[in-house]
Amino acid sequence: MKYVDEFRDPDKARALVHEIESLAQQLDITRQRPLQLMEFCGGHTHTIFRYGIEQMLPDSIELVHGPGCPVCVLPMGRVDDCVALAERPNVIFTTFGDAMRVPGSRKSLLQAKADGADIRMVYSPLDALDLANNNPDKEVIFFALGFETTMPSTALTVLQAEQDNINNFSLFCNHITTVPTIKAILDSPDMQIDGFLAPGHVSMVVGERPFDFVAETYEKPIVVTGFEPLDILQSIWMLLKQLKENRHDVENQYARIVPADGNAAGLDALSKVFELREFFEWRGLGSIDHSGVKMRDDYAQYDAERKFSVPNLKIADPKSCQCGEVLKGTIRPWECKVFGTQCTTETPMGALMVSTEGACAAYYNFGNLDELLNKRNQKSQLSAASA
Amino acid sequence: MTNPSTSAVRQRSGKCRADTITMAHGSGGKAMRDLIDDVFVSTFDNDELSKLEDQARFSLGSLSNAGDRLALTTDSYVVDPLFFPGGDIGKLAITGTVNDLAVGGAIPLYLTCGMIIEEGMLVDELRAITASMRMTADKAGVKVVTGDTKVVPRGAADKLFINTAGVGVIPEGVNIASHRAQPGDMVIINGFVGDHGAAIVDARGEMALQNTIETDCQPLNGLIQSMLEACPDIHCMRDATRGGIATVLNEFAETSGVCIRLNENALPVREEVRGMCEILGLDPLYLANEGKLVAIVPSESAQDILQVMRQHPAGENSAIIATVDASPASTVILSTLFGGERIVDMLVGEQLPRIC
Repeated sequence: MKYVDEFRDPDKARALVHEIESLAQQLDITRQRPLQLMEFCGGHTHTIFRYGIEQMLPDSIELVHGPGCPVCVLPMGRVDDCVALAERPNVIFTTFGDAMRVPGSRKSLLQAKADGADIRMVYSPLDALDLANNNPDKEVIFFALGFETTMPSTALTVLQAEQDNINNFSLFCNHITTVPTIKAILDSPDMQIDGFLAPGHVSMVVGERPFDFVAETYEKPIVVTGFEPLDILQSIWMLLKQLKENRHDVENQYARIVPADGNAAGLDALSKVFELREFFEWRGLGSIDHSGVKMRDDYAQYDAERKFSVPNLKIADPKSCQCGEVLKGTIRPWECKVFGTQCTTETPMGALMVSTEGACAAYYNFGNLDELLNKRNQKSQLSAASA
Repeated sequence: MTNPSTSAVRQRSGKCRADTITMAHGSGGKAMRDLIDDVFVSTFDNDELSKLEDQARFSLGSLSNAGDRLALTTDSYVVDPLFFPGGDIGKLAITGTVNDLAVGGAIPLYLTCGMIIEEGMLVDELRAITASMRMTADKAGVKVVTGDTKVVPRGAADKLFINTAGVGVIPEGVNIASHRAQPGDMVIINGFVGDHGAAIVDARGEMALQNTIETDCQPLNGLIQSMLEACPDIHCMRDATRGGIATVLNEFAETSGVCIRLNENALPVREEVRGMCEILGLDPLYLANEGKLVAIVPSESAQDILQVMRQHPAGENSAIIATVDASPASTVILSTLFGGERIVDMLVGEQLPRIC
C-alpha cells in the first residue's frame, strides 16, 4: 500500500535497530540501568506492540507506556455520568466505539445499551449532529473525549450546530490536555524517564512549541513522533543521539505532518468553544490542574453538563489497581498485583486494561501471559526474600 | 421431474399475494400455507420437500454407500443488512452450513431451513433471499428438504433470522480433527482474508467509504473434495468465520498443544481490505470470512494440495501462511512484515457488531 509500506520496510528497520544498539552501548546511563523512554501516546503504544518493536530493541532500552489513551484515563465517575445521561428518557447517546467498554461503578455503556438505553456508536461528532438533525424530537448527546487531536473536530461540530440552529444537540465534554499531564509525570518524585516520544497527532494541532518546557525546564530530550513503526525507531534513535551528545531539545521526526506552529484554524476553533478547567480527575493519576477543558459560557446551551443534571460523583479507583505506578513507569504493567488475574481485557479493573491502546491491554493481548506472570512471581519472591 | 403426488399438491397450493409479512403468515392457517407453497416449496422444489410431511425422509442405503459416518451441524444467521455486496443472508445460510459439514471432510447432502420472520418484512425480499438460497444450494449440490416458518411481532426479531441444519456423509479413511496438528505441518488458506467482514462494514454505510469489496461467501465442499483427493490425510480444517483466522489458528494451537508461526508476508489480504483496516483500526486477522478455510496438512503433501487448490475457482489465491512448531505450546506467533514478532490471541469482546 502506497505511503504506508514505505514506513514499514524491514530492511530499514534492521539498519535502524543496529544504529540504536551501537548508540545505546555508548551511553553512560545504560552501564548502570536500562534507559527509560516514554511514549506518551496510546497510538504509539499500539504500534509498538502490533509490530513487535520492543523485542527488536536491545535490553538496555525500556519503553514506558504513558497515559496518552483518553479512554483509559477516564475516571469511573465520568463513566457513571455517561450512563446516567444515556439512561435519560428521550436521549440518543453517541460515542466512539472504544469508550463503550470502559467500566463505570455500576455498568459500562455497553451494559447500559443492553439494558435498553439508546446508545449509538459513531465515527465522528458530525455523525452525531446528523442524528440530531434527523431526530428533532430527541436530545442527542455526544460523548466528547480525547486530547487536542479530537478537540478541533468537536469544536467545529458545535460551531456547525450553532450555524444550522440545531438545538437538540449537546456535548458531554471530557477532553483533556497533554502538557499538564506530561508535567505531572515529570514532577512525580519516583520518575526516572530519560526521554520522551511526543504525541504526533496532538502536535499536528498544537505544534512543537508547547513541549519546550520538557527540554528547557526539565532538561529531557523529546521528539515529536509519527505512528508507523519506522517513525518510532527513528525517534528512538534521535533521542539516543541527543543523550549521546548531551543535548535536550525538542525535535520533530514527524515533520511530514506536524508544522512547528500547529494548525491555526483548529486552534482557533477550540479556543473559541473551550476553556481550561481548574482541574480534571484522571483514572490512575488523580486530579491534575488545568488538564481538562470545559465549554465556554457562550456555548452553554450545547453543554450536556449544564443542560441536564449529571450526578458528578467521584468514585475512587479500585485499591488493588496500580495504574498510576504503571503510567509513571515505576513498575511494568505485568508487575501490577492484579495484572492477568483479577484484571484482564474481558473484565478490566484498571484503566490501562480497557482500550487496545492501554499499556496493560497491549501486554495482555500481544505478550506471552504465562511468561509475564512467571516473571512477576519470581520478582515478588525475590523482594520477599530480600525483605 | 416431479412425481404425480407432488403435482397434486401443487394444484391445491395457493399464491401469496401480500406485499408484506403479517402475523397471519405465521398463524398456521391459509396465509401461512400459501406463503410456504408459493415462496419456499416452489423455490426449493424437490421431491423430499414437496411431499410436505413433517419430516424429510431419505434412504440409508444411499448414505452408507457414500461413507461410513454421518456428519450433522446447525447454524443460525442474523446478519444485518440482509443484502450486501456479493451476497445476502440466504446465500450465507446455505454456504455456512455446507462449509461446516465440508471442513470435517463430509460430503454435504441435505439441509433444513427454519425462518424466523419479523412482521412487516417485504415478501419480495423474502422471495429474493429464498431464490438465492436455491441457487447456492444448487451450486453446492445440496437440497433443502424440510423447513419451518415463524412470524414474530415487530421488534421481536430484526427482519429475518434463518437457521439451517445439514447432514453429510464422511468417506472412509478421512479423519480431520483439530487435535491432529503436528510439529512440521504446514498451514494453508484458500485465498484473501477479511473480505466478508470488510464488505459488511461497507454495506452498513456508516463509514461513507467508497469501496468495491465483496463478500467471499462461497461453498467450499468442491474445493475440499479435490484437496482430499490429493491428500486424504489432511490433519485439521476449519472455516474461518467469526473471529477470523486468528481464532481458528488459536483453536488448533490450543487443541493440538502446538505453536503456530504465522508469516504476515505470506498472508493474502486485498489492498482495499488493508486500506479499510488501516483507516478503522481493524485487524484483518480477526475479520470474518464466509468462504475461507484454514487447513493443516503434512509438509510432504503441502505443495501437491496447494497446486490442486490453486486450480479450483474457490482456491485461486491459496497460500501457505504458517508452519507448526512444538513450542511455545498452545500459542500463535506472528512474524510481522516489519521483522518483529508478536502473539496473536483470540479476539476479546467484539471487533464489529453482528457480522454473520
